[in-house]
Amino acid sequence: MATAPAVAMRHIEKRFGAVHANRDVALTVAAGTVHGIVGENGAGKSTLMSILYGFYEADSGQIDIEGKPAFIKGSAQAIALGIGMVHQHFMLVDTLSALDNVMLGAEPGWRLTPARAKVRQQLQALMQSTGLQVRLDALVQDLPVGERQRLEILKALYRGARILILDEPTAVLTPQETEQLFVTLRGLRERGTTILLITHKLKEIMALCDFVTVMRAGQVVLDTAIAETSLDGLAQAMVGRRVNLGREPDGRQGPQPGRLLMSASGLWATDSLGVPRLQDVSLALRAGEIVGIAGVSGNGQSELLDVLSGLLAPDRGELQVGDRRFTPTQWLTPDQARALRVAHVPEDRHRRGLVLPFGAWESAVLGYQDRPRYNIRGWMRQAHMHQDTADMMARYDVRPRNPALRSSKFSGGNQQKLVLAREAAPLPQVLLVGQPTRGVDIGAIEFIHGRLRAMRDAGGAILLVSSELDEILALADRVVVMNAGRVAGELAIEACSEQALGRLMGGAQ
Amino acid sequence: MTQPTELPRWMDVALLPAVNLAIALLVAGGVVMLVGFEPGQVLALLVKGAFGSRSGLSYTLYYATTFVFTGLAVAVAFHGGLFNIGGEGQAMMGGLGAGLVALALGPHLPAWLVLPLVVLGAALAGMVWGAIPGALQAWRGSHTVITTIMFNFIAAALLSYLLVNPLREPGNMSPETALFADSARVPRVHEALAWLGIEWPSSPLNLSVLLAAAAVLCTWLALWKTRGGYALRAVGFAPDAAQYAGIRPRWLILASMAASGALAGLVGVNEIAGVHGRVLFDFVAGAGFAGIAVSLIGRNHPLGIVLAALLFGALYQGGSEISFEVPGFSRDTVFMLQGLIVLFSGAMAQVAAPALLRLWRAAGGGRSTQAKAGP
Repeated sequence: MATAPAVAMRHIEKRFGAVHANRDVALTVAAGTVHGIVGENGAGKSTLMSILYGFYEADSGQIDIEGKPAFIKGSAQAIALGIGMVHQHFMLVDTLSALDNVMLGAEPGWRLTPARAKVRQQLQALMQSTGLQVRLDALVQDLPVGERQRLEILKALYRGARILILDEPTAVLTPQETEQLFVTLRGLRERGTTILLITHKLKEIMALCDFVTVMRAGQVVLDTAIAETSLDGLAQAMVGRRVNLGREPDGRQGPQPGRLLMSASGLWATDSLGVPRLQDVSLALRAGEIVGIAGVSGNGQSELLDVLSGLLAPDRGELQVGDRRFTPTQWLTPDQARALRVAHVPEDRHRRGLVLPFGAWESAVLGYQDRPRYNIRGWMRQAHMHQDTADMMARYDVRPRNPALRSSKFSGGNQQKLVLAREAAPLPQVLLVGQPTRGVDIGAIEFIHGRLRAMRDAGGAILLVSSELDEILALADRVVVMNAGRVAGELAIEACSEQALGRLMGGAQ
Repeated sequence: MTQPTELPRWMDVALLPAVNLAIALLVAGGVVMLVGFEPGQVLALLVKGAFGSRSGLSYTLYYATTFVFTGLAVAVAFHGGLFNIGGEGQAMMGGLGAGLVALALGPHLPAWLVLPLVVLGAALAGMVWGAIPGALQAWRGSHTVITTIMFNFIAAALLSYLLVNPLREPGNMSPETALFADSARVPRVHEALAWLGIEWPSSPLNLSVLLAAAAVLCTWLALWKTRGGYALRAVGFAPDAAQYAGIRPRWLILASMAASGALAGLVGVNEIAGVHGRVLFDFVAGAGFAGIAVSLIGRNHPLGIVLAALLFGALYQGGSEISFEVPGFSRDTVFMLQGLIVLFSGAMAQVAAPALLRLWRAAGGGRSTQAKAGP
């Protein structure tokens, strides 16, 4: 090659305690290309990028940036070398303007007014040449997610990034916003910027990248040009076997739709800041169906789950579970929900689904700790807790199969399987599920999807909230799209396409 | 972002605290040398003073008893996610409660009836003093860090008012009550052993030490074996998960602060009913605050608290021994040592962890973690 590769990492080794996160990893990224890095959670791709960006130091190995050996000991050094990173969770100050966010930490001079003018001028030139449009004077908190992301990219470029790392950039975007991002990234590539894209969405890799590196269990298992691989090939390399994440043939018996199990009408809710989160949402769940709630994160889906599971009382509205009716003053409580056989797999398993410092056997009874099986006159019956945890672990293939291990020591997929096992154990009639496969590896996704289908086929009603359209398309029987706290539309699964859903998610009626 | 360090369990539980203690002793030794004394000699005297004789050991245990109570008090609140720094005031109220029961009932009832009531009085008074900030936290959202420290001042003011005015012994110029009747005094250990025919040197160590042992056991059982303890720890670690699990945190917050106050109140049994035999003003002497350090160093676990309390008791006793034996050596040097131990074992407990991990790796550890899971 005529020019030196933008990034060349060789023999990278990194351990965290007993975990060998990167073993003898080599990564070569040609200048001016888009290079995808894919792998399941825990495959080591984030560790590798953190080493490149200076968050971690490798135990051993070499890094060359643009042909010169580099010793990156912190992100300041990485930035000086022309490396920029756009994190999955944006690193922006919500209460500052877009302009001030770019300037923060890179102010030219100590007087702000002339500095602002200078930065504004440079940014305008940059926006012109890259097509990244951002309203510079708006506060970040007022910007939509897509614009915040453009601001992050702009910030990195302003600091002289020639190598741009993007971590799961499309997780928060609608299909249309994703398409727009890809146009921008292709434009940057034309200008000679090298782009490293970390993702688990293989379709995006196929659509955007020139080269791809697949990691599994800390090692590189495939390193190839996109032209020489396929979606199936990537998936197989990532998991190490063939996977199927598409729709399965229907296994249901009996009349459809079945009996009405839960219905909510006219739900209105506001959050603690007085911002309306749910506006006139009505929903019915029947036996033997999976209802998917699609929408860009933060459009009321989380609040809907909280209201239906008894964690949040709405301002107005009504809920019927079986033959019990609830009104805002006497709203359902989490215990009542469990007693009425409504189970809930929460969106945030770290904060809600598990108590991380608890042993798995303690987390495995969370919510059911008052049952006579688990305590007698106030004393915990630990033998039963251990035994039931071991059963759950066996049925849901939770690894390692050690009930005494701390909840925090399990991988994301295994934590999620444990939560699902716990919520499925009492055979609920209604299962509310939030982001069941967020941060979960492909093997576990396949398993979790299979379990959800089996529960539906056995006559359960499942409400599935997911920001992954693929997941909703693979599981749901009918799809409700939410936008800005309202139901933007409802589609039978046969009528769903990414375009149709995307339009509703974006707010088109 | 810092690099996560995870030591194997045995290093985390045993080696790291030992290393921290050694660092504290080393630094203290340096200071002792600068002041012009022989660090080796001072350390030997300290250990000998604390554990070298039956009398020294008794004093060590007596001091440790108080630290166990205040340490447990901090730990019980801590597991519920609360920071009780009101141990000082709760202990004062405990002393007052014990004293009121002893003064009222002591002259009329036999010891086997009075003493349990004295213990109850101490626990109840401390409990009330912990429960009020607990209720304010649970229903009004007033932070316990603020309220408990303010309750320390209220307790001190109340106690001094009562001791100067209504409770003062007639004719006594000091702010203290009359001496309790013998039936209201917790027997000293040397007295109890003498009944059994064992000779033991006289010391302030009294049977409250058994109460402390029982408190350790009960705290451990309550936190790790009961539904309430489960719920409390869930609230403390992950309030959102607790809400999800249908746990109502308010009563738990109240209960844990009440239990915390009761444990601190038991200091009154050891100091007032056990040693002084009358209510006086300065009997807590910072033990409530020392409890924070004891709990911190003991990792909020009852067993760790026992060890940390013994360490603090040994420092108190050994320290006074040194000031007797070495002319010119002031007790302040021992306070400095205490401060260094809190600094290295509490506040900076994890500072040595990465270095230890590196050393251990260099020695070839970690490659066989699966094989030896550690004790």
